[in-house]
Amino acid sequence: MKFSYILKTAFWGFFAHKSRSFLTILGIVIGITSIILIMSLGKGAQDLILNQIRGMGSAIIDINPGKEPEGLSDFAEIFSDSLKIKDYNALQNPSNVTGIKRISPAVSLNSSVIYQNESKRTLILGGNQDLFAIFDVQLIDGRFITEQDVKQKALVAVLGSTVREKLFDSSDALGEKIKIKNKNFRVIGVAKKKGTSSMLDLDDIVAIPYTTAQQYLLGIDHFHSISVQAESEEIIPRVVRDIELTLREQHNITDPEKDDFHVTTQADAMETVGIVMVILTLFLSAIAAISLIVGGIGIMNIMLVSVVERTKEIGLRKAIGATDKNILLQFLTESVILTCIGGVIGIALGVGFAFLSSLILSKVVSLGWVFTVSPNSILLGLSVAGFVGIVFGIYPAWSASQKSPIEALRYE
Amino acid sequence: MIEVKNLKKTYHTDGVETPALRGVSFAIKQGEFVAIMGPSGSGKSTLLHILGFLDSPSSGAYKFNEKTIDDYSKNELAKLRNKKMGFVFQAFNLLPRANVLENVKLPLIYSGLKEKLWEKRAKEAIEKVGLSHRMDFDVSKLSGGERQRVAIARSLVNNPQVIFADEPTGNLDSKSGSQIMDILENLNNQGHTVILITHETYTADYAERKIILKDGLLERDEKVNHRHFNAKKSFNK
Repeated sequence: MKFSYILKTAFWGFFAHKSRSFLTILGIVIGITSIILIMSLGKGAQDLILNQIRGMGSAIIDINPGKEPEGLSDFAEIFSDSLKIKDYNALQNPSNVTGIKRISPAVSLNSSVIYQNESKRTLILGGNQDLFAIFDVQLIDGRFITEQDVKQKALVAVLGSTVREKLFDSSDALGEKIKIKNKNFRVIGVAKKKGTSSMLDLDDIVAIPYTTAQQYLLGIDHFHSISVQAESEEIIPRVVRDIELTLREQHNITDPEKDDFHVTTQADAMETVGIVMVILTLFLSAIAAISLIVGGIGIMNIMLVSVVERTKEIGLRKAIGATDKNILLQFLTESVILTCIGGVIGIALGVGFAFLSSLILSKVVSLGWVFTVSPNSILLGLSVAGFVGIVFGIYPAWSASQKSPIEALRYE
Repeated sequence: MIEVKNLKKTYHTDGVETPALRGVSFAIKQGEFVAIMGPSGSGKSTLLHILGFLDSPSSGAYKFNEKTIDDYSKNELAKLRNKKMGFVFQAFNLLPRANVLENVKLPLIYSGLKEKLWEKRAKEAIEKVGLSHRMDFDVSKLSGGERQRVAIARSLVNNPQVIFADEPTGNLDSKSGSQIMDILENLNNQGHTVILITHETYTADYAERKIILKDGLLERDEKVNHRHFNAKKSFNK
């Protein structure tokens, strides 16, 4: 039997019962719509986060104290004090590590910053003269921390744009005295607004020399991290290896398993985000799949009704030469056509809703949201719809094929 | 071509045994026009189902072209019904919402014949029943007589050896009924064996032989004299 004929009969059956067919496929439509929407939003969110990670600056490598946390029990590792000034000095030596463009140690604390009657809680970030350059933060006023400031443990501060706005509103901040932990700092520079950034809001910080932060604010001699900017993306793996070898030598470590530091790159962070988003998307899609099961049961129900209604037709077809397989294929194709029509409508609606969402997100929430629908998700939507049609259509089709021709012909 | 020996069929429903055929024997040769007659409940429909390989007998033997139903697989039976047999039913059993041409094509779909030949074969069959002018009509728009002619065209389309007609005029007025019988007679003249099931004498008079059943037994097997004369007279009353 020609497949084109089966297809034709199936479509003909669909349009003969338009409203019933439409109600039947509604569950499938909703399921596929949700899956397409979820996958599109998941991809959009992932792209957004990845863009923000890239926005932190390029080719950045972070060195953190303690071994790489592999679970909650390793949480305390971040309080390790293994990164010291001698490590920083060793890393700066080109005979140890080549390809470093900029490097800055970092110490940080959360604290209130006070100017006259205004106060704001923010992140105090201690670094050297390269700190802002590494993270690609520009100044609109004044200057940044200098080597001199670092050496002298100068009480100077550069304000992020959000902090400046809160404390000074529209008046001039440069040269004013602000208080952090009862120490007076002189404002020497103001940063340009960088825009949102996911991990770390670089507009909501106050930058000071790391030496100052260590001595006057924290009373420590280690670093919370060391940020390195490589000369290019390509050489990052080599730079990471050099850093690891240098630090092991500094810390007398022979077994990499016993490292008391860990090095992460943007690539690592992006990979983590990717994995998290995939898991999240899969989880949400699994929930959407429940509506597909419900929809599939609806399809099975209506196919069983259709088989009973068309008992006489089945009998006739068998009497004039249709085999069991012909009948099975005919009804199975009908249910697959039903679910695939549902799938196509679902894909169209899903893409439409995803587009609307991206418009709303980028206009109302002012995020740099990019509308994406991957061809894979469309393919997946269609195949899932077809699969549901087969799974829930096989039983009605089988029961149709098993009807005896005389019983079927006699049926009134 | 058809050989029936001591054919018995008993239905079992809810533990109750209902004998429909209680030992029937006869033979039908290629090219005959036979009417199987009897009141309702006489077992004539059961007999037709067995002859059409739609059902199997409880005991006794039925041979079609020297073979019994057990000699064929399910798929071979479907093929046999498709190629060698044509069925015409009292209730027409056409596909609703399909036009005349599509209905007549139906057996071709299962025949393995090349699709480009379907149209030609179906049109030839439609011509034979005189419905060429209704080719594209939806069958629901046709009269009862026209619908039965579509059903006959459908039974013809694979050029079968035998046409089984189960009360073909039962739902029709006498004028349409006589048209249908004329067509069946014509087909018989062209070489098709026609086996007609009926309870009306005047339709049976179109046949050349009557097999009369009563209570599942063969009552009489007789030649029809003056077949045309009797038949036309009754129809035109």
